[in-house]
Amino acid sequence: MAEIRVNHLKKNFGDFVAVRDSSFTVKDGEFFCLLGPSGCGKTTTLRMIAGLELPTDGKILLGGDDVTFRRASERDIAFVFQLFALYPHMNVRANIGFPLKCDGLSSSEIRRRVEETAQILRITDLLDKPVSGLSGGDRQRVALGRAIVRKPKAFLMDEPLGALDSEFRHVMCGELRALHNRLKATTVYVTHDQLEAMSMADTIAVMNNGLIEQLGSPREIYDRPASLFVADFIGSPSMNFLDTHAALASGASELAIDGTKIGIPAMRVSVSESDLVLGVRPEHVSLSDQSTLRGEVFGVEYLGTTQIVTVTTKRGMVRARISADMKASLGEHVGLSFRPEKLSVFDKSSGRVLKSALHEGGVHG
Amino acid sequence: MSARSSTAHSVVEPSSTSKLVASVLVVVYALVTMIPLFWIVVTSLKSPPDSISYPPKIVFTPTIEGYCNLFTNQTRQTPEFLATLPPATTACEKVTRERNMVIVGPSNFTKRFFNSLVIAFGSTALSVFLGTIAAYGFSRFKVPLKDDLLFFILSTRMMPPIAVAIPIYLMYRELGLSDTKIGMILLYTAVNVSLAVWLLKGFIDEIPREYEEAAMIDGYTRLQAFRKVVLPQATTGIVATAIFCMIFAWNEYAFAVLLTSGDAQPAPPFIPTIIGEGGMDWPAVGAGTTLFLIPILVFTILLRKHLLRGITFGAVRK
Repeated sequence: MAEIRVNHLKKNFGDFVAVRDSSFTVKDGEFFCLLGPSGCGKTTTLRMIAGLELPTDGKILLGGDDVTFRRASERDIAFVFQLFALYPHMNVRANIGFPLKCDGLSSSEIRRRVEETAQILRITDLLDKPVSGLSGGDRQRVALGRAIVRKPKAFLMDEPLGALDSEFRHVMCGELRALHNRLKATTVYVTHDQLEAMSMADTIAVMNNGLIEQLGSPREIYDRPASLFVADFIGSPSMNFLDTHAALASGASELAIDGTKIGIPAMRVSVSESDLVLGVRPEHVSLSDQSTLRGEVFGVEYLGTTQIVTVTTKRGMVRARISADMKASLGEHVGLSFRPEKLSVFDKSSGRVLKSALHEGGVHG
Repeated sequence: MSARSSTAHSVVEPSSTSKLVASVLVVVYALVTMIPLFWIVVTSLKSPPDSISYPPKIVFTPTIEGYCNLFTNQTRQTPEFLATLPPATTACEKVTRERNMVIVGPSNFTKRFFNSLVIAFGSTALSVFLGTIAAYGFSRFKVPLKDDLLFFILSTRMMPPIAVAIPIYLMYRELGLSDTKIGMILLYTAVNVSLAVWLLKGFIDEIPREYEEAAMIDGYTRLQAFRKVVLPQATTGIVATAIFCMIFAWNEYAFAVLLTSGDAQPAPPFIPTIIGEGGMDWPAVGAGTTLFLIPILVFTILLRKHLLRGITFGAVRK
């Protein structure tokens, strides 16, 4: 196992810039997720780490060695493809053993390692079956088996659960994380599914337009989004955004929206009069009659333990996740209040968050 | 599952009437296509007078005379001379002597047939080999002017090959390739390779790159990945292409007539020139044609199982 270090990685396809300038380090044994919408450059980044694409600029270090221009076959990494890429002309055993054959191991050693791997993945009974008859989940396990059998320096996975049914995806998420806990293998996992990333990753890099917008633990990314994009992309339903125009002094802990003063974490920077965006997660919104920030209930989605109440205000729609016991009926006029210590303030023109007490270690969720 | 798979293929179960009509059509079509073949085989078993009798004889006594005439050269002798000869030992000798003929030696048919085999298999192997490599290159790599090159390759087939017969004849004479097997192999390869590249490119395009990428990440070189992962999956395409190339090279007549006369002559220009006493020896021609049909039939039947695509389905989910 090894650490992966990516320095100022860039990739152009003709005029199209796929990856602008990515730098990150995947620690030894870490489960690292590249998360972003399609076309954000996450797969290209992964393919460059694998050696399937050559970067336009930048460096990739694998366990301290510069592998930027080394062949894929010389990097000692394993790759799990979205479409599994199981060799159709071989059975399960041959598929898993294929990487070992290349290393010139004896057939008895290959047999032993393949069977050991199959046991880890609980697919021993499938070993002598052709791959064409397997279910999606079993194919996924065989693909994982082919990756782990060789004990490589790192695993790279390109949306490995993307081809599975959503219910099964959830099961495989658990299995993948359990496998990772067992093998402690450095893993880079690409996905566009925030739930997969949040539930499995130690560290998430949120990518957009070829840039890493934010790098952090799932909790950091959810609680303290660094940009409007991250705030919007992570969370379901996504964060509410309220536009305002104001100046904020360092230390300020109030922001006025339509005359209503809203408590915010103490600012650590000061901004002159400009367009700002207040970000509020739905679960930090509550309905209170006292508040002067008012609106009309537009929709109610009942989800069992909670319900999502959509309220139209002068500043647009605000969604609140409130307890399912509370009563909210369509057309009702309600007041909204927010949990002050949980709010984020963004600079609208740059899209970046403004530093506040929220970003200081202590305030956790 | 079973319900789903049956509806996937036919929405409505065909009625018994339409099944009957379909069966009748199939039988009629089969008869129409089989009659010429049947006629050839029947002619090969007739005696020369039976083969040209009119109306054609449906009932006749089969004889191997056609095959004997095909494989041997004979001369006519007087009955007095025949009486002096030792008794006929082989079936063919008996048949020919009844017509006052004597076998003087083997004919050229075996040699022509062998030439056909060498030229057809040689050019098929070469076309498919070159076609596979070129198709893989066009399919996987950034080739400068790729589209133009592919169009150029295709354009070599836009003209009937015989249109360049004269220049090729002159070139071959200069190069000493006239009437050589290697010359014929090269010529048929040149004609077939464009078909091979286009057909195989289609097949290889369909094989996801992930297979090679997976193999290369697993430690194999590109050439190894090509051999161990791409080739086995391209088998269907390679076999189909080989059959097409084989059929062309096996049946080609015009260039064979023009460029070969002796050593390298294949069977097609030879068979129709078998002349017996008093005109065409139709039973011998029939016999030659019958035998000529067999290799291509065997070749196709042997490779038929590779034409089934089933095994490659389902390993990658799209």
